[in-house]
Amino acid sequence: MVASETSKTGKGLNVSSLTSQSFIGRLIQEDYKFFTGVPCSLLSGLIYELEDQKEARYIPAVREDAAVGLCTGAYLSGAMPVLLMQNSGLGYSLNAFTSLNLIYNIPMLVIMSWRGKDGKDAPEHIIMGDIDKQLLQTAGMEYSLLSEANCDEVLKKAKKKICEEKLPYTLIVEKGLFDERH
Amino acid sequence: MKGTEAFQELLPLIKDDEPVIHANGFICRESFALKDREANFYMIGSMGLASSIGLGVAMCKPEKKVIIIDGDGNVLMALGTLAMIAAEAPENLIHVVIDNEVYESTGSQRSLSGKVKLEEIARSSGYKNALKIEKKEEIKAAFVKLKESPGPNFLLIKVAPCFDPSTGRVTHTPEEITERFMRAVG
Repeated sequence: MVASETSKTGKGLNVSSLTSQSFIGRLIQEDYKFFTGVPCSLLSGLIYELEDQKEARYIPAVREDAAVGLCTGAYLSGAMPVLLMQNSGLGYSLNAFTSLNLIYNIPMLVIMSWRGKDGKDAPEHIIMGDIDKQLLQTAGMEYSLLSEANCDEVLKKAKKKICEEKLPYTLIVEKGLFDERH
Repeated sequence: MKGTEAFQELLPLIKDDEPVIHANGFICRESFALKDREANFYMIGSMGLASSIGLGVAMCKPEKKVIIIDGDGNVLMALGTLAMIAAEAPENLIHVVIDNEVYESTGSQRSLSGKVKLEEIARSSGYKNALKIEKKEEIKAAFVKLKESPGPNFLLIKVAPCFDPSTGRVTHTPEEITERFMRAVG
């Protein structure tokens, strides 16, 4: 079973490949241990991995802005918080970012899924999928599109933004980057 | 009871190193004018988030009593956060709500708390204790009891909408508020 999967995936599969498990492990290594958010199917593998961790905890939030508040409290108490959300949650959380985090210098790592990419998705995702990057940019929030190839580099960038400039940093996750679990 | 009288009763019962998260609007101004403390987190915007911020602090600082001073409009905006608090159930969290039944800082438009019982919502969400107080003489005993009992606990204080507009504004910048708070809370 394992052997056939390996042959199907070919050269891409090796110890350093990006999986939900390896990425969560990596975040924990980097001292991100406080996670909250509102689920998205694109992030489901990550959230299930988090539920299995002893060193990190995942707190289900009711809304994305409440998750931003929770991350804020965690940061104020010395933790390095991570917010997981679908890009639809950017609308809910934008006021929290602009009237709290960006002016109080309260950072967090944001992992945001990209629904509605290239206009190919359910109707409710199309507009946000088109404008989410512009919204982040307009708000002055730096982001990167996460990939297996740039993972090390963008995590370094994020850490710098969070620890030195004390500003949030967003990693955008496309469909297929992590496994989806139901 | 005036809102400021509620603060006069409450603030002496809070130790210097106990984190207090203040909702935006008059809550911050009343508290700041009476007694500024480094462990006070004052919100100038982001209505509704004092409760989730307080939850985050309470979870990460289980050894300290953490106090949220919220308003009725704020609680109504973030009712879902009551469920998050009840689900995580930090024993060290006390959620105080100064309820004047209006949005006073924007011109006293009515809120829903005149008709909706916030203490019952907190209780049925799963807060361990939820009390409602209408007389200032009752604040001390209620707050001390809630501070000593494992939480999360909820204290609703009904006040009259009579904020004195000459009350000063928080003079610290947002960055200063963060730095001071983190220094005090450690």
